[in-house]
Amino acid sequence: MSETAMARAARATPPSAARRIRGLSDRAIAWIFVAPTIFLLLAVNIFPLIWTVRLSFTNFRANRPNAEVSWIGLRNYTRILTDDDIWLTMQATAHFLFWTIALQVLIGFALAWLINRKFRHSDMWTTIIVLPMMLSPAVVGNFWTFLYQPQIGLFNYAIAFLTGADPTSFSMIGEVALAPWAIVIVDTWMWTPFVMLICLAGLRSIPDTIYEAAECDRASKWRQFWTLTVPMVLPFLMLAVLFRGIENFKMFDLVVQLTGGGPGNTTTLTSIDLKREAFEKWRTGYASAYAVILFVTVFGLASIYVKALNKVKER
Amino acid sequence: MSGYSITEPSRGQKRLAGALVILYAVITLLPLLWIVATGFKSPSDAISYPPKLVFEPTMEGYVNLFTTRTRVTPETLAELPPPDTWYDAIVRKYDMVIAGPSRYGERFLNSVIIGFGSTFLSVFLGTIAAYAFSRFKVPLKDDLLFFILSTRMMPPIAVAIPIFLMYRELGLNDTHLGMIFLYTAVNLSLSVWLLKGFIDEIPIEYEEAALIDGYTRFQAFRKVVLPQAATGIASTAIFCLIFAWNEYAFAVLLTSGTAQTAPPFIPTIIGIGGQDWPAVAAGATLFLAPVLVFTILLRKHLLRGITFGAVRK
Amino acid sequence: MKAAIGLSAIALASALGAKGAAAADLTLCWAAWDPANALVELSKDFETKSGHTMSFEFVPWPNFADRMLNELNSGGQLCDLMIGDSQWVGLGAEAGHYIKLNDFFEANGISMEDFIPATVTGYSEWPKGTPNYWALPAFGDVVGWTYRKDWFEKPELQAEFQEKYGRPLAPPATLEELKDIGTFFQGREIDGKTVYGAAIYTERGSEGITMGVTNALYNYGFQYGSPENPYDLEGYVNSPGAVEGLEYYKALYDCCTPPGSSDWYMSEDIDAYKSGQVALQMNFAFIWPGVEADPNVGGGKSGYFANPAGPAGHFAQLGGQGISVVSYSENQEAALEYIQWFAQEEIQKKWWSLGGYSALKAVVEDPGFATSQPYAQTFLDSMAIVKDFWAEPSYASLLLSMQDKVHKYVVAGQGTAQEALDGLVEDWTEVFEDDGKL
Repeated sequence: MSETAMARAARATPPSAARRIRGLSDRAIAWIFVAPTIFLLLAVNIFPLIWTVRLSFTNFRANRPNAEVSWIGLRNYTRILTDDDIWLTMQATAHFLFWTIALQVLIGFALAWLINRKFRHSDMWTTIIVLPMMLSPAVVGNFWTFLYQPQIGLFNYAIAFLTGADPTSFSMIGEVALAPWAIVIVDTWMWTPFVMLICLAGLRSIPDTIYEAAECDRASKWRQFWTLTVPMVLPFLMLAVLFRGIENFKMFDLVVQLTGGGPGNTTTLTSIDLKREAFEKWRTGYASAYAVILFVTVFGLASIYVKALNKVKER
Repeated sequence: MSGYSITEPSRGQKRLAGALVILYAVITLLPLLWIVATGFKSPSDAISYPPKLVFEPTMEGYVNLFTTRTRVTPETLAELPPPDTWYDAIVRKYDMVIAGPSRYGERFLNSVIIGFGSTFLSVFLGTIAAYAFSRFKVPLKDDLLFFILSTRMMPPIAVAIPIFLMYRELGLNDTHLGMIFLYTAVNLSLSVWLLKGFIDEIPIEYEEAALIDGYTRFQAFRKVVLPQAATGIASTAIFCLIFAWNEYAFAVLLTSGTAQTAPPFIPTIIGIGGQDWPAVAAGATLFLAPVLVFTILLRKHLLRGITFGAVRK
Repeated sequence: MKAAIGLSAIALASALGAKGAAAADLTLCWAAWDPANALVELSKDFETKSGHTMSFEFVPWPNFADRMLNELNSGGQLCDLMIGDSQWVGLGAEAGHYIKLNDFFEANGISMEDFIPATVTGYSEWPKGTPNYWALPAFGDVVGWTYRKDWFEKPELQAEFQEKYGRPLAPPATLEELKDIGTFFQGREIDGKTVYGAAIYTERGSEGITMGVTNALYNYGFQYGSPENPYDLEGYVNSPGAVEGLEYYKALYDCCTPPGSSDWYMSEDIDAYKSGQVALQMNFAFIWPGVEADPNVGGGKSGYFANPAGPAGHFAQLGGQGISVVSYSENQEAALEYIQWFAQEEIQKKWWSLGGYSALKAVVEDPGFATSQPYAQTFLDSMAIVKDFWAEPSYASLLLSMQDKVHKYVVAGQGTAQEALDGLVEDWTEVFEDDGKL
């Protein structure tokens, strides 16, 4: 940098010039700070993604290293999009997504609202409620198969205790009508605390003065709830929904341990189906196309959603 | 808040709220307590039909968790000297002898190395990247941020094959380093987004003042920004650790002998014939402990951390 | 036979002498289950004799195939020795994962004639029925049944059963009789608990329900293909007999299994049986030593019988594995030494005594064998009637569609048996077309 430019910069913004003389330029620091993150993401996420996209146009099978690989254009994609079974797994995934999010938002918000009443030891109970979230999903899934066993598990006996029904009269993971709910229950048990924490943070971010003002205007508690609390917490809730949505769209380990996708294909979520194609049938090309379709779906939905989220934030 | 406040809930309200929350907490705890209790049951009590609420506690599960055992013929058993230790005695009841330690300790240690290693790395990289995004003009900032978020949308199964092939080329398969990089990359999106929110909140004036006092950027970052961001860093660390500690899909596909973590290992603990439920439960209980302690230590930061910065005003 | 063993012992001794200097660390890969623990114990003898050290990589059944095939497909060097599932042999041979053992067997006097023929076909040969060997039979296993002898012997139950069915309450000779026994016990009160008929395989995620349903299918007339062309499926896979067999399995699931047994495989069946929920249990033979040793159901309370016959035949589903040398291993010499050591009669005898099912004729044909354990005779009877699932390189795809179709019909109750098997023919045909075999 030339003497005059430096002098001019120094006159315009003295502190930054002083900075520059003593250390690296801001721009250099910015790059040094951001580069490792970008590099790691490129190497471990984007590079494999591009590889996956490339494979999706081939008939490559990772278990036949010696077989000839040929380009087959969009055939994998057309095969997937015209396959009825895949639409069924999409439906199962949609059911799972909708109900887990709905229940977690409802219960999570209610809990947060209650905890925000600041009763005695509320912090301790919050920590206790958060516990299920810290377990390994694979271990949780494994253990819940045990809890759901009608003869030896806790769940059916607990329900029987409450309703008086015979514990062995129903089977959560064995019946076509109940299995989709069995996975919703476990996911809700595990992740409601996550939504609760976000809601709680949202509730605590609302300054008391706003309520005091509303109280002066003689707004009813009910009205305050709908016109103040809900809109103020909404951006937080939407963020919780975004993260739960992304995670549950990818849901694999918990459900695979719990039901193996059964009965029939009732709980075969897309990730389970994808795993079968990729690591059991070893149709790598086909599975890659499948993965790309899933990624594009999540990416598309998430972008629309993030735009909506930003709008809510601006209000 | 002095004396009466209109926003402070009434005592009755508080009691009711407390009762409801405690009710939920108790219900949510039941499955967890069941896991913990199963760890102290004998294998036959664990699968008893109908389930046993009251049982005679035994350490069998924990003994089986930490040892491998071999069945010996009753004749051999009769020739053996009497058992030296209480755990030998437990095993002998089943016509078995302890053959050696199990791999649970090793797997647990791997989880500690990989879990805490990747947590440290993702928080470190996340902090500096978030600082840069927060304070400097980075070209295409918004696009880069969305790009970072989007890396979380990829189902792990989808990238597992290329990662597997790539790691094989680089010799990173089944290594601690490979797993640390992988988990760091997965956690980075969360860590950058979270921490940017926190750093955005720290008034820029603090740094300006420090710079005028003659600090360099690095010094200002270290001595002013980092202490201010401590809460955010702590809560980010909790979330990163919870993920890395419990991850299963990558671990089961990419690790085996040397770098396998505990989650793929725990369901593999087998007893006589079937799954050894008490040992599985014991393994799961012990495995929960470090995250639990970490969370309790940092619980004050948890609430703030969860807001993900993105919606912080 | 004796001479052959003697020869191989000499060959082994000389091999050990020569290799003594270069001690290798061998890794053996297998499933994580009881027999694996026994093998660790057995292998100590090899370590002392050879100077090599052994490491073991055991993966639980639900992940076993994924994990190990991933390892093989990537040319991984983790495993020197692989005790791979019987269905992998086609893939192992065609994709070059396993070393062909013919020359080694010949040079060391190991003869496949010395092993139970079904295990040689099932675990070692590819293509099936040809003398090309890719593994040494390591662990013989087959689906059979366990029953509560103590319940069967209750006089009041015997009397009631006799009255109802006109025959004594005893291990069934046919599948139809098995269903009667199941129906008889289903929902019955025994020792203050409601018990059920039978625990059968219904697992969805890996291979469970297939390993169970085939025991009914085979015996009602299901065949994998025509005798002339193994890939000619139409009319064999979905023959009227096959449909009847599938309907039988569903009827058995509906009438006689405990509630909630919709996703059960080996370990769930064991749990149900040991906790006293069921009178009958379908399971692989490997669990029998564990049943005998169990405080609740062992020690004479249990009996064993081979899979009963059906109207069209008498078969049982083969399990078990052979031991192979992985072609990517850098310790192939030492790995072969291990196989040579393992094949010795003395070691195989010890293997049986530790709970490993030896496939060596010298062990199982020993006059004392049948009485050496309460289940020994049943094991012999069962091994005489085994039949295996496809061992094609694409066996996983074939298995996945079978899991899908059968589980949908039997457990979820969707569609008919005919539709399920017609769909299976369609799926399998597609797989064989993709492989260029049709």
